[in-house]
Amino acid sequence: MEIKILRSGMLTTIQDLGRRGHRAEGVPWSGAMDGFALRVANLLVGNPEDTAALECTLLGPELVFSTAALVAVAGAEFEGMESWHPQVIAAGGRLKLGAARRGCRAYLAVAGGFDLPRVLGSCSTYLRAGLGGFAGRALRDGDVLQAPEIMRPMAGHWRVDARIFPAYAPAPTVRVVRGAQADEFGGVLFDSEFKIMAQSDRMGVRLGGRRLARIGGAAELVSSAVAPGTVQIPPDGQPIILMADAQTIGGYPQAAHVISTDLPLVAQLRPGDELKFAEVPLNEAHQLALERERTLAILREGLAQKFR
Amino acid sequence: MTFTALGDTAVVVGLGTGIDPSVLPRVRALTAALERDRPPGIIEVVPAYATVTVFYEPSRLTGEGGRPFERVCRFITARAGNLQAEAKKKFAKPGRTIEIPVCYGGEFGPDLAEVAAHCGLKPADVIKRHKGADYLVHIIGFAPGFPYLGGLPEKLHTPRRATPRKNVPAGSVGIGGAQTGIYSLATPGGWQLIGRTPLALFRPGAEEPALLRVGDRVRFKPITSEEFAAWK
Repeated sequence: MEIKILRSGMLTTIQDLGRRGHRAEGVPWSGAMDGFALRVANLLVGNPEDTAALECTLLGPELVFSTAALVAVAGAEFEGMESWHPQVIAAGGRLKLGAARRGCRAYLAVAGGFDLPRVLGSCSTYLRAGLGGFAGRALRDGDVLQAPEIMRPMAGHWRVDARIFPAYAPAPTVRVVRGAQADEFGGVLFDSEFKIMAQSDRMGVRLGGRRLARIGGAAELVSSAVAPGTVQIPPDGQPIILMADAQTIGGYPQAAHVISTDLPLVAQLRPGDELKFAEVPLNEAHQLALERERTLAILREGLAQKFR
Repeated sequence: MTFTALGDTAVVVGLGTGIDPSVLPRVRALTAALERDRPPGIIEVVPAYATVTVFYEPSRLTGEGGRPFERVCRFITARAGNLQAEAKKKFAKPGRTIEIPVCYGGEFGPDLAEVAAHCGLKPADVIKRHKGADYLVHIIGFAPGFPYLGGLPEKLHTPRRATPRKNVPAGSVGIGGAQTGIYSLATPGGWQLIGRTPLALFRPGAEEPALLRVGDRVRFKPITSEEFAAWK
C-alpha cells in the first residue's frame, strides 16, 4: 500500500520508541517525544508498541491511502480525527489532520506500520544527523510512504478509559527528582511557574520566566552524560528540559530530572503553556514507572480481545 | 567510586575529577566490565571524563532483589571488583593511534588568528603546537561521533566564543577551553575553529559508526587545501 503525503503539516516525522545502545557514540535515543501516546496508538491498531508511526506537531498532515487501512491517532487532539480511537480509512480515502486543539504532538499509527529500513536499530528520525525515518528528514508534501497491506477487523464499540492517560494539561505540575547541582539553585525551581518558549523543539523544551541564579559550586563543570528529562541551567539561568533528540553529553549544572512517567506531559506542551515542578523521591518515581507499565499491560490485554 | 542518580533511569558512577588522563584507564575498564553480558534492564553505558553513566529500565528491575537504584549500584560494584587491576593491565596504554588530516587556517579555520592573538603566538606556531601534541579521546558524545580530546597544550587553551556560531561545518577542528575536538556534524557550536578534516567522524552505515573510540590516541597531520579537496 502507498500512503501519499499531500500536505506534510508543520513537522511530521517517523518515530518509534527510539534508538537504544548508541549513546556512547554520541547518538541520542530520538523516538517519540510522548512515548505513552505512541505505544497506545500502536496498540489501538494491533501493532507492537514500538512500531514506527507519524509524529505530528501542532499542524497535522493530509494523507491519501491507496488501499483500505486501519489507523489511530493518540496524544494531542487534532482537528479532523478523534484521538485514542481506531478508524478505518477506505481505499483511496483521505485523512486530514488540522490544527492541534489540545496538546502539541499526536501519533498517527497505521496497522502493520511502514516499510522503512532500521538505522542503528531504529526507524526513528534524528533530524540533526539526518538519521533514520524517511530519508533522515521530516516528511514533505508529495512524499510517498510504503506500507504493508494489513487490515485488522475490530470488534464492537468501545473506548479507552481516559483515566489511564497521563495528566495532560496546558499548565501541568511536572514531577522531578533532584539533580546533582540542585542545591546550587536554592528552592527557586520549585517556587516558580515557567513558560514554554517558542524555541523549544525535539532537543529541548526551553523555559522562560524566573531565571535561576547559581549560588556557589564549581566555576565550570566537567562534561558528563545527560538524559532525556535532565533540567539543565545554562549561564543565562533559563532552564532547558532535554528531550528525545538532545545531546548525550553536557557540561551545564543539572538542577533536576523530569521523571520518565511525566515526560509525556512535557512533550505535549506548546509555546506559551506553563509548568511547575514538584520534587518526588527516586523510589516514588520508580513506583510510578511501574504503575504506568501495569496500566499499559492491562490495556494491551484488553485490546487484544478486540481483534478477531 | 560514587553513585549519583541521573533522573530515574540512570546512575552516574564517579571515578575522579577534572579532565585527567590518569582517570581514563579506570573509565575504560569500568565501561568494558559493564558492557560485557549486560543483564536485562541495563540499557547502555556512557563513559565521560571522570564518570561512567549506566542507563537502566526501572520497570524491569523490580520485584526481588531490592529497589532499582540499589540493584544497579550493586551490579556496578560487583563488576568493578578488579577495576584497579584491570585498568592497569589492559587500559594503561592508549588504544589505537589514529591520524587525522587537518587543513589549518583559511576558510577552514576562521578563528586561527583570534586563537593566536589570545595565546600571544603567531598562527603558524598555533598550528605547530596543535599538530605536535598527542591527544586522548575521553568522550564520544554531544553529537554522533564527536570526540572530546584531552591533551591540548596549555599555551593553546582559549575560551569559547562569546556568541556561538549558528552553523559549524562538519569536520571543523575546534578549541573550547582546555579541550580540542572535531565537529562530526554541521551543528551550532561555540568552539574556536582552527582547521577542518576531510574525514567523516560518523558513518551511519558502518558497523562501528563512530570513527574514534574512547581511549584512542589522536594525532593531527596538516594537509594543504589541495590535499583537502582531493581527499577521498
